[in-house]
Amino acid sequence: MIDWLRSLFSFLPPMLAELATIVASIMIVLVPLILCVAYTTYAERRVIGFMQSRLGPNRVGPFGLFQPFADVLKLMIKEIVVPQNANRFLFLVAPLLSLIPAFAAWAVIPLTPEFVLSGIDAGLLYVLALTSFGVYGVILAGWATNSKYAFLGAMRSAAQIVAYEIAMGFALVGVLMAGGSLNLQEIIQAQSGSVLHWFWLPLFPLFLVYFIAGVAETNRAPFDVAEGESEIVAGFHVEYGGMAFALFFLAEYANMILISVLVATLFLGGWLSPFQGIPVLGDTLLGASGFIWLALKSAIFLFCFLWFRATFPRYRYDQIMRLGWKVFIPITIVWLAVEGVLVALDVGPWFN
Amino acid sequence: MLQDYVPILVFLTISGVMGIVMLGLGFLLGPSKPDPEKLSPYECGFEAFEDTRMRFDVRYYLVAILFIIFDLEIAFLFPWAVVLGDYATKGVQIFALASMGIFLAILVIGFIYEWKKGALEWD
Repeated sequence: MIDWLRSLFSFLPPMLAELATIVASIMIVLVPLILCVAYTTYAERRVIGFMQSRLGPNRVGPFGLFQPFADVLKLMIKEIVVPQNANRFLFLVAPLLSLIPAFAAWAVIPLTPEFVLSGIDAGLLYVLALTSFGVYGVILAGWATNSKYAFLGAMRSAAQIVAYEIAMGFALVGVLMAGGSLNLQEIIQAQSGSVLHWFWLPLFPLFLVYFIAGVAETNRAPFDVAEGESEIVAGFHVEYGGMAFALFFLAEYANMILISVLVATLFLGGWLSPFQGIPVLGDTLLGASGFIWLALKSAIFLFCFLWFRATFPRYRYDQIMRLGWKVFIPITIVWLAVEGVLVALDVGPWFN
Repeated sequence: MLQDYVPILVFLTISGVMGIVMLGLGFLLGPSKPDPEKLSPYECGFEAFEDTRMRFDVRYYLVAILFIIFDLEIAFLFPWAVVLGDYATKGVQIFALASMGIFLAILVIGFIYEWKKGALEWD
């Protein structure tokens, strides 16, 4: 794909052609991502609607399919109120700081066996860095707003994200030990073989911890105490309106999709086909790896995000902290020790 | 090698520019009719009693400090985890495992200590 783009821009001088290729390939990722975000908001309202025996939005266009665009349009023509006590500059920088990492983390995600924007060798480290970076947007928003609800929401959210970050990092170390590389493409290749070779089986506890920590990290229900609309109204973005709010919203949903794709990539073999390695089916077209498998696997986790929100009541804050520190960290440390011994001693069937 | 990072730089720039453009559009298309009531901080209809930037629970600091310790631990584990499976001889591999085992054990002792001290309690 990138080579095709490069040939498309070959009439330009070399430097410009390279830049144009990069920009075009980024757009290939970014535009569908934004559409996915738009339709995730739609799907969320529809799915939760059906789970609660309602219809959800169904007025704008066929089945309400144009609802997200109507929402964007409405948000765009709403006033952005900057409260008088707020630090004006930081107030407006905060949504940018949560949006930029939510988007830029996609640069290293391998979408097909060939297509990855930037196949750097430190891919996983980069992902870890950028997903951690999102907390600055939240803290800064809460502090700059200078409103008590926003401040409380930001403090809670920061402590929560920080607590789950550790469990997430440990889970990533487990993936590294099994995959033997920081490059996401190589991690996926290390999982090839069959469904049983994917890391979800040997790393099952880490897989669960990573996904649950991901839900907590994105401040989604049942861990949404940062927003907690029934106690602190909307938490850190209580004073944000219009487009400034839309940026936070965009970042949150882009992060949800990112976590789903990361879980699919790290533990369920990314673009590898689930039919690979099965005698008859695997030799047909079904066995071929491609983007469609990554999309399907991520869609399952994305659906779980919505499902959780419709199912679970909100955790109490001390329970959240207990789960993060006293349950997840011991689980991950124990599993890392077990895995370390398995890898170092070449114990089969996975680690030899 | 290094040119692999160019797309990341461009991506960061593009997402930043996109955010700024969207914010700008919001300011451009949205109305702007400020009045003192609208601009006052939201506190369920009350006047704000005091400045928000007040003292808060020290446990938030504690969590942040503990986080730094464990996050550094993860940063040390990363390179170790990548090469653990690649050592040429069994002996070196066992040595690598044992040295990280000692490092982790020290941190686990610290973790147990803070647990017993009640640093992780939250009520």
